[in-house]
Amino acid sequence: MTITQQIVTIAVVVLGTMTTRFLPFLIFPEGKEPPAVITYLGTVLPYAVIGLLVVYCMKDVPGSGHYGVPELITIVFIAILHKWKRSTLLSIGGGTVLYMLLVQMVF
Amino acid sequence: MKKKAFKAALPYTLPICVGFLFLGMSYGFMMRSKGFSFVYPLCMSFFIYAGSMEFVTANLLLSAFNPVYAFFLTLMVNARHLFYGISMLEKYKNTGWKKFYLIFGMCDESFTVNCTVDPPEDVDRGWFMFFVNALNQFYWVTGATAGALLGYVIHFNTTGIEFVMTALFVVMFINQWEEAKDHKSALVGVACSVICLMIFGSDNFILPAMASIILCFVGMKKHDENKRKERLGKAEKTIS
Repeated sequence: MTITQQIVTIAVVVLGTMTTRFLPFLIFPEGKEPPAVITYLGTVLPYAVIGLLVVYCMKDVPGSGHYGVPELITIVFIAILHKWKRSTLLSIGGGTVLYMLLVQMVF
Repeated sequence: MKKKAFKAALPYTLPICVGFLFLGMSYGFMMRSKGFSFVYPLCMSFFIYAGSMEFVTANLLLSAFNPVYAFFLTLMVNARHLFYGISMLEKYKNTGWKKFYLIFGMCDESFTVNCTVDPPEDVDRGWFMFFVNALNQFYWVTGATAGALLGYVIHFNTTGIEFVMTALFVVMFINQWEEAKDHKSALVGVACSVICLMIFGSDNFILPAMASIILCFVGMKKHDENKRKERLGKAEKTIS
């Protein structure tokens, strides 16, 4: 890719991202009441989307070499650590370090 | 007023600060290890400002030039922002010129804070959300740039560092699970995604997953409404 093509690619990604962020506000401007279905979706979707993102992160795991064993061990570890210590960062950091150790040394 | 809002916002962003510096640095570091100058992560983290898409864009820049594909891929990876926007329609009302920046910077983490945290009553909500966004973006751009700069001097085995994204979402999932009254929404999200992943495969499952999630919710709402109508009907009969 030339530098111009790289700039165009980045600009297109920016445009795509901003489309997803601005569209709801353009369709439902202030003063215009969104239909009940839309406001309902707004309250329940955030919970569903986090579930979707977890699956999104794991999407290539079944095809990888270890059948998801290091991922499964790490997620169970994160869940236990998080229940025990209640610290978001400790859970994220501890989980990532454990995963790196597992894939670099064990598997 | 601004100072108060800043002080109220700061503590909520500190955990994100550590996370963003860490994740941002691993992103910048990775960009540098693929041969990009630090200007790339600096500009991309500022203008794209959508973490997972920035990782994906690194791959796009290394493959053949195809802006149409890049655009649609971005729409799919970031489609969840549409949902965030719908959730924030009410909360962003009456925030004036700040609204533009609030929408521009609506990443997962800023959304989570602004959607769930109610600032103290004497704090202006618009400025509170503005500072949550601005601080988060500052951490992210700083992390990405610092990571790329570090990449010029340090070399170590970063295999598996990308799991930080999974860990983040898993922890968010547990937090939401515990604060939700019923777990239907979370379960619908996981179930639809897993089923679509099995049917459509890892490259194509996001759009069908989102469509089926929406359909499930619309169906559930209709079902609830019908039940309520039935109950109302019965109540009326007993009264008459």
